[in-house]
Amino acid sequence: MTALAAPLAPGLGSRATRFLRTCVSSPGSIALSLALLLALGYTLPDLVDWAFLAGHWRGGPAACDHTYGACWTFVAARWSQLVYGAYPPAQWWRVDIVFALVLAGGAALLSRRVLYKGLIGLLLMAVAPPVAAVLLLGGVLGLQPVSVTAWGGLMLTVVLGGAALAGALPVGLVLALCRRSSLPVIRYLATGLIEFLRGVPLIPLLFIAMNVLPLLLPPGTDLSPLMRIVVAFILFNGAAMAEVFRGGLQAIPKGQYEAAHSLGLGHAKTMALVVLPQAVAIVTPGLVNVAVAIVKETTVIYIIGLFDFLTEIQAGLQAPNWLLGDQVRDTGYFFAALVYWAVCFGLSRVSARLELQRERRL
Amino acid sequence: MRSAAPALLSPDHWTRRRFSAVAIQASALVLVAALVWFGATNAVANIERLGVATGFDFLWRPAGFAIEQHLIPYDESSTYATAFVVAVLNTIVLALVSLVLATIIGFAVGLGRRSRNALAHGVATSYVETIRNVPLLLQLFFWYFAMLRPLPAPRQSLSLFHVVFLNSRGLMLPRLVADPGFDLVLWALAAGLSLAALAARLLARRRALTGSALRTWPIVLACVLGLPLAAAAVTGFPMHWEVPHLRGFNFDGGIAVLPEFVAMTLALSLYSASYIAEIVRAGLDAVSRGQIEAARALGLKPGAVNGKILIPQALRIIVPPLGNEYLRLFRNTTLAAAIAYSDLTQVFGGTVLNQTAQALEVMVIVAGTYLVINLAVSSLLNWYNRHIAWEQR
Repeated sequence: MTALAAPLAPGLGSRATRFLRTCVSSPGSIALSLALLLALGYTLPDLVDWAFLAGHWRGGPAACDHTYGACWTFVAARWSQLVYGAYPPAQWWRVDIVFALVLAGGAALLSRRVLYKGLIGLLLMAVAPPVAAVLLLGGVLGLQPVSVTAWGGLMLTVVLGGAALAGALPVGLVLALCRRSSLPVIRYLATGLIEFLRGVPLIPLLFIAMNVLPLLLPPGTDLSPLMRIVVAFILFNGAAMAEVFRGGLQAIPKGQYEAAHSLGLGHAKTMALVVLPQAVAIVTPGLVNVAVAIVKETTVIYIIGLFDFLTEIQAGLQAPNWLLGDQVRDTGYFFAALVYWAVCFGLSRVSARLELQRERRL
Repeated sequence: MRSAAPALLSPDHWTRRRFSAVAIQASALVLVAALVWFGATNAVANIERLGVATGFDFLWRPAGFAIEQHLIPYDESSTYATAFVVAVLNTIVLALVSLVLATIIGFAVGLGRRSRNALAHGVATSYVETIRNVPLLLQLFFWYFAMLRPLPAPRQSLSLFHVVFLNSRGLMLPRLVADPGFDLVLWALAAGLSLAALAARLLARRRALTGSALRTWPIVLACVLGLPLAAAAVTGFPMHWEVPHLRGFNFDGGIAVLPEFVAMTLALSLYSASYIAEIVRAGLDAVSRGQIEAARALGLKPGAVNGKILIPQALRIIVPPLGNEYLRLFRNTTLAAAIAYSDLTQVFGGTVLNQTAQALEVMVIVAGTYLVINLAVSSLLNWYNRHIAWEQR
C-alpha cells in the first residue's frame, strides 16, 4: 500500500488520493486506518440499513411489531404529541405562529445580510415573550384560554428555551456589570450570587425552585411549575452569561474607558456608548454557545415531570399500543438525537462563523 | 454636558460622588435585607400552615429506606446522616471513575483531531461534533434504556474471557482479595512511593547542579512497582483474584457494578471526552510551530520533541480548562436522578425530601454540599494554575 502511494509527489493527485496517502503514511498509520475502517465497516452499514433501508415508514404499530428495522411510523403516529403536547388541535395555529416568530427572529439574528441586528434583538427580547405568552395562554382578545398543563412537546421546549434565553441575557448583563462595579457592596453581592449559581448544579437548583421557592412566597401564591422552572433556568443561565459578558468587558482596553472619561462621558454613557458595543461583538459567539447549552439543558425537566420534546418521546414509548420492544425505543431516541443535533450543530456552526469573522476583523 | 475639567476635580463633585456611592450601596443592602426578610417571614408562615417539622434533627433518625450501592455499611435502620455519607460517596466515586475514563478518551480523540491520518481526523471530528450536540440526558437514556436494560439475564451473560461479565444486573468484575500478610505489600508500596519521591528530588537537584543525571523514570518505576512486587514474592503472593461466578440465578463474588452506574459512567465520560478532546487539541495547537521547528533543528528525536518541548508547554494551556471540565462533569453527575442511581441529588432531593417534607433543610444540605465541593476543587485548581503558570518576564 505504501508502494502504491509513494511514486506520487506530495501535493499531486486528486483529493481522494491525497486522503488515501495520509492514511498509509507509516506502519502505525496503516494499522490505525485498518482498525478504524474495521470499526466503521462493522457499525455504519448496519446503522444505515436499520434506520433507512429496513425502516418501516407506513402503517400503525402493527407494521413494526417485533420486526427488524427502524419504526418511523412511531414518529409519524405520535407527531402531534411530539410537537404540540396536549395543546387542543383547534388552537394549534397559535403555536404555529409562535414557531414562525422564533424561526424568523432567529434567522434574522443569525443571518449575515440583515442589518440593525441589535435593534431586532432588543425588540425580540422585549416583544416576543409577551406576544407568545398572550398567544399561548389565551384568555384575552377573544382567545380561548389554554391551561399550562396542556403545554408539551417541541412547543414546551421552544417556550422554555426562549424564555430562558430572553431572560438570561439581561440578567447576565446586569450581573456582569455589577461584578465589575467599583462599589464593593454591589461587587460582592453579584460575585456571591454568580458563584452560588455556578457552584450548584442545574438539577438541585430545579429542585429548589420546585420545592423551596413556593415556601418563600406569600401563602396562597400559586406559581405554576413551569414558571418556577423558568425562574431557575433564567438565573442559572444568567450566571453563565454573566461570565461570558465579563470576559468581553475585561477584553476592552483600559484606554477606551479613559478616552471616554476624558471626553466627559459619565459611567453610564461610557458603558452604553463605548464599552458595551465593543464587548457585545466579542461575546456574541460565547452567548450562542450558552444558547446551545440551554437547548440541551431543557431536556432535564424530564426529572421534574414536565413534558418537553424528549419526555414526550419517552412517554410515547410507554404508551400501551407502542410497547413493541427495542425497535420503537431505538427509533424514538434516534429521531430525538437527530432533532437536537440539527439545532445544536447549526447554532454551534453560527458561533464558530462569528468567531472567525471577528478574528478576521482584528 | 460638563465641559470644563476643573468641575471634575472640584471638592463638591467628589463629595457628591462619594455620597451617591454610599447611597447606592446602602439601598442595595436594604433591598437584599428586605428580600431576605420577605422570604423568611413567608417561609415561617408557610411552614406553620403546612405543619412541617423544622431543624436538622431528622438527620439522626433512622432513614428506613434501602440504598443498593453503598460503599460504607448501610441498611434500613441507619440514620439519614449515614444515608447522606453514602450518597455523597456514590456521587464522588461516579465522578472520579468517569473523570479518569473521560480524560483517557478525551486525550485519544484530541490527538486524533490533530492526526495527519485523514481517516483518524475524520472519525475524531465526527465523534466530537456528534456527542457535543446531543443532550447528555438523551445519551444517558440511550445507554441505560436502549443498551443496558435489554441485556440478557445473568444465565446468558456476555462474558470477556469468563472473567468479566455483563448482564441485566450490571457489570461483574473480578476483585483482588487480600490474604493474611498482605499488609507487608502495602507497607512496601508506601515505602516505594516515598523512596521514589526522594529519588526524583535528588536527581532533579543533581541535574540542576551538574547538568547530567540518570534517567528518572526507571528508578521511580523500580521503587513504586519493584518494591511491592519483591515484598509480595518474599511473602508468597498473599492475595488472589476472586472471579465472579454464576450461582443460581445471580452472580457471586467479585465486584458487582450496578447498570445505573455503568450507564452514568458511559454517558458522562463519553460526553466530557468530547469537550476534553477540544481542550487538548487547542492546547497542542497553541504551542507555536517555531518551538517544534527549533527543537527539530537542534536534532531532538521526535519523542523528545513531544516529551520535552510540545507536551510541557501544551499542558500549561490544557490544565486550567481541563479543571473546569472536571467540575462540569461533577455537576453533571446530578443527572443520576433521571435513572435512579443513588447519588446525592437522587437520595436527598428525591427520597429524603419526600419522606421528611422538610424542603428547606434538605435543599440546604444538597445545594450546600455541591457548593462546598465545587468551591474547594476550584480553589485547589486556581492554586495549582498559579503554581504552574509561566514566570512572567
